[in-house]
Amino acid sequence: MCGIAGLIHKGKNADIGKEMTAMLQALKHRGPDSTGYALYGKANAKQYVMRIKVAEADDVQVSHSKKGGWGIHELIKERKEEVERRIKEMGGKILSTEQPKEYAFRYTFEYDKNLGDLADFLEDLEGVEILSVGHGLELIKDLGDATTVSEGYGLGSFKGTHAMGHTRMATESDVDIRSAHPYWAYPYSDISVVHNGQLTNYWTKRRALERKGHRFASSCDSELIAVYIADKLDEGKTLEEAMHDSVTELDGVFTYLVATENSLGMAKDTMAAKPMVLYESDDFIAMASEEVAIRSIFPHEIDTYDPYDGVVKVWQS
Amino acid sequence: MAELESRDSHDMGMHDEQLAGRTQQIFFKPSAEENFTYPGAYEVDFDKETEFDAADMSNKDVNLKIRDLMSQGYGSITIRNPGAKHSLGVCILNRLQLTFDGSLGYFGCGLIDGPNVHIKGRVGWSCAENMMAGTVVIEKNAGSTFGAALRGGDLVCKGDVGSRSGIDMKGGTIIVGGKTGMNSGFMMQRGRMVILGDAGQNLGDSMYDGTIYIAGKYESLGVDAVESEMTQTDIDWLEKKLSIYGLKAPNGVENVRKIVSGKKLWNYDNLEPSEKKLIL
Repeated sequence: MCGIAGLIHKGKNADIGKEMTAMLQALKHRGPDSTGYALYGKANAKQYVMRIKVAEADDVQVSHSKKGGWGIHELIKERKEEVERRIKEMGGKILSTEQPKEYAFRYTFEYDKNLGDLADFLEDLEGVEILSVGHGLELIKDLGDATTVSEGYGLGSFKGTHAMGHTRMATESDVDIRSAHPYWAYPYSDISVVHNGQLTNYWTKRRALERKGHRFASSCDSELIAVYIADKLDEGKTLEEAMHDSVTELDGVFTYLVATENSLGMAKDTMAAKPMVLYESDDFIAMASEEVAIRSIFPHEIDTYDPYDGVVKVWQS
Repeated sequence: MAELESRDSHDMGMHDEQLAGRTQQIFFKPSAEENFTYPGAYEVDFDKETEFDAADMSNKDVNLKIRDLMSQGYGSITIRNPGAKHSLGVCILNRLQLTFDGSLGYFGCGLIDGPNVHIKGRVGWSCAENMMAGTVVIEKNAGSTFGAALRGGDLVCKGDVGSRSGIDMKGGTIIVGGKTGMNSGFMMQRGRMVILGDAGQNLGDSMYDGTIYIAGKYESLGVDAVESEMTQTDIDWLEKKLSIYGLKAPNGVENVRKIVSGKKLWNYDNLEPSEKKLIL
């Protein structure tokens, strides 16, 4: 089933970590397997923020499993050191390192070359997956509900302009961080996607995009939307144009949200088969699979509505 | 079950078999009162009023509280802060004046038979699904599959509603004060739908019977849905029905259009499927 939520403040920073946690916790019943956040903090054009994992949560929790083996803790240390070595080898300068989980890291670094080259080089390491790279974007996802993930990663104090989130009920791929949402539009900085639905032409589109050189980290159909949007941007289309194309070119039933450094957009399939409730005011927009999520941050009565079939909307922060 | 006597409905000005759409709604007849209540239905007094706050209650607790209050004879209940919770006010098979001072989530007021419900906010998907009798009036907007499989009663949304409104409708009346989305009236079997704004594509797709009245524009008609001529009976019925809820057709009821089934889709004849395709 899955639940998605998004919010954007126009022209101001707010407690988006706390707000998104409340919204996602209200949607827990739609997907208890994993929870993910795409949080857009104050952008710093001179440096990147990277969220990266070097192992799956299960590898550490069940360290004797086939996946992780007995030496997973040593392996994580080795992978971390190699990630940092490779950033430096590519000409990057690491400014800070945080380790909210044994397997998950947050780096800030300076880097002025091709981001795709760096991302490819880092992901060439076994077990390493970049969750996001951007000037403002920080993508956090892990197993458990919103409260668990927020507390585990210290998201309660995160301030920024806009955010998206996802509560996942795994239906077509595994319960792991790799298959959790949001997805970063690799290798475009600051672009991320969350999705509720099923894409029926997933493999057709995936094969076409792989032939063009795009990389897929999972077998989750939602990742296709992120890669698809990245490809369209690569062709020179605007975000809004890419989203309009997606409504006719992607088959299936879906509602998805996409965010960039300074915007948040939503698109709904031509059958309007997946839910989305929208609240719009002059300075704040919120949307979610269910109104109960929006109500979690509004104590007073508000007016909301359901966007119709094929609708694409984009808001600027 | 009491027999439907046409003079009763004519007296109320709400029923006439000349209409293409029929309804399963059966009009109240005092002499057959016992047939209009469920065994174990609560004796309630509309003048006995109460209210409670649902902010910190689960949806199950809210529904149990409604039943508890009805068992105490309360006939008018107001619920504060429903908070868009799901499945509130469901399965009420009783006379009751129920007011929600806020919004409901999904499946609000489903499977009800008898109560008059007033919702001051908005409702999510599948409001009043399978409603059998009574009235549900929503002041703001509604989500998709509004009144799905409705069997009887009046379901009124004064704002806009989502897609697939009245899907599989089997009777009763749906009134939409604003716009409605695509596939409204899909596979409608009986009853009436009144849309005072515009409708999305495939209006009345594959409808078997029933009538859709639309005051605005529609993007397209669905398969086997056709426009039909408005009669004086249609106009009178619309005028009376809308006035009950304080609604008006923007350009007058005379300019409302009527959509019915073309009746070429279903199996009235011995045509082969390939021949049906040629006709459609």
